[in-house]
Amino acid sequence: MRLVNIRPGRQMRFYLLALPFLLVAIAYFAGSSARLAQNPNDKLLPALPNMVQAVKQMAFEVDPRTGSYLMATDTVASLGRLGSALAVSTVAALVLGIVIGLLPGANALLGPFVSVTSMVPPLALLPILFIVMGLGENSKIALIVIGTLPCMIRDLAMKVQELPREQIVKAQTLGASTWQIALRIAMPQTLPRLIDVLRLQLGPAWLFLIAAEAIASDSGLGYRIFLVRRYLAMDVIIPYVAWITLLAFLIDVALRVLQRRLFPWFASVRAE
Amino acid sequence: MSAIRFDDVWKEYGDHIVLERITMEVEPRAFIALVGPSGCGKTTLLRMLLGEEQPSRGQITVDGKPLRAEPDADRGVVFQRYSVFPHLTVLQNVLLGRELRDAKFTARLFGAARRAATDEAMALLAEVGLAGQESKYPSALSGGMQQRLALAQAIMRGPKILLLDEPFGALDPGIRADIHLLMKRLWNETHLTVVMVTHDLSEAFGLATRVIALERQRNRPEERERYGATVSRDLEIFPRRSAELRSSVQPAPTGTTRSDQEHQPGRPGALVLKEQP
Repeated sequence: MRLVNIRPGRQMRFYLLALPFLLVAIAYFAGSSARLAQNPNDKLLPALPNMVQAVKQMAFEVDPRTGSYLMATDTVASLGRLGSALAVSTVAALVLGIVIGLLPGANALLGPFVSVTSMVPPLALLPILFIVMGLGENSKIALIVIGTLPCMIRDLAMKVQELPREQIVKAQTLGASTWQIALRIAMPQTLPRLIDVLRLQLGPAWLFLIAAEAIASDSGLGYRIFLVRRYLAMDVIIPYVAWITLLAFLIDVALRVLQRRLFPWFASVRAE
Repeated sequence: MSAIRFDDVWKEYGDHIVLERITMEVEPRAFIALVGPSGCGKTTLLRMLLGEEQPSRGQITVDGKPLRAEPDADRGVVFQRYSVFPHLTVLQNVLLGRELRDAKFTARLFGAARRAATDEAMALLAEVGLAGQESKYPSALSGGMQQRLALAQAIMRGPKILLLDEPFGALDPGIRADIHLLMKRLWNETHLTVVMVTHDLSEAFGLATRVIALERQRNRPEERERYGATVSRDLEIFPRRSAELRSSVQPAPTGTTRSDQEHQPGRPGALVLKEQP
């Protein structure tokens, strides 16, 4: 049988899914134990018990200096920044995407501008943001917004333009005004696509969050990683990275479920 | 119920002439079928009627007034595809026209207004054979049912002219025959002037009161760009077909009663189906 025709069954699919994760874990622990066998004080590839101990300390024990659970504080701080930035981006992208996608005049006015601004490397703007907005929360949120918004607007405007021309004409023959077309035709069909666009921007959003926290911050997951880096505390860094990955993954899954629940009609439209 | 007049209409895209010297008159309540080989400008003609495209020369008038330069609620349309909204259920699709008309800002109806509109929409859905499907999304319907829905949706808004762009072209023959019957009934019961573009000659002769063929008169390669298509045949169907007359003239067919309500143009209701026991 040709490879293109071989489909793994349910069980096989599970094993295949687990395999790469397992290989990475094996490679890590093999390397770790080899290094630790040579030098029990090696810090680069800590063994599992060390990491468990570190997590226990960070997550479940009150930090004597600050009087709080560090990992929880860091997570709340980071997710707060990420959430408020993505909320701003999402709302702005929805409005501007529909306006640009639906109105040829707005597209002529803003389309090229958005394309150009989406090419600006956001991290290069970070010093400007720190200078203008100070080192507080605003500059970090602004960085994530600047990093995600232009791409989201551009993608979303394109999705609106991809709506069949027939639908827009049909709505007009039902007497719809421009406002009504936006409200009843364009927006409801853009919302599930907005979730797709948001999911694609989650990666960049985390990138900018960690970058902003690494450079100037006093809390957050990114701040902590870069702080303990000074002590080569890999037993903290590795669990933190795994935790960030898990958070990102869970947000992605939640968005996917939300899309399926809220827009049951969307799956068949996308399949077309 | 509107008379349409084409007055020496031309359509050119740059140097390319698509349609030329289109002059014809369409009487109120006619059912026109536009036929012709592909690329002869049938759809362009329909799009001009719709207001999506403007004639390069000449003028189209409806009831003596020049056609509005953008689509509006006077002209309903059913396309071959994408005619219904995938994000709305069957009922919501039919209600949409009423909501757009009555709620300018929210485009949604609530309370008593919504119930009244829903009742009307349900009656219309039953009439086009979609009773029991109202909470499904269009993607769960077959192609024929989607086109029935598109017809109901267009008619609910009460247009004067109904434009059909190969609406039944993608359907199986059996389903097509059923929907032809429905189309005939809707045309009889409403006050529509219908213009239909079709590839299918038997459909054209089976439904229309008048079949109009568009063709290029000159078709040599060096002439193709500079000569457009024009009306080459204009055939009245014999024996002459016309839409049923109003209630004062004819008794209602068996199984139906005449509605005594004021009749709105383009709305079904001249005939009300008697409730089935």
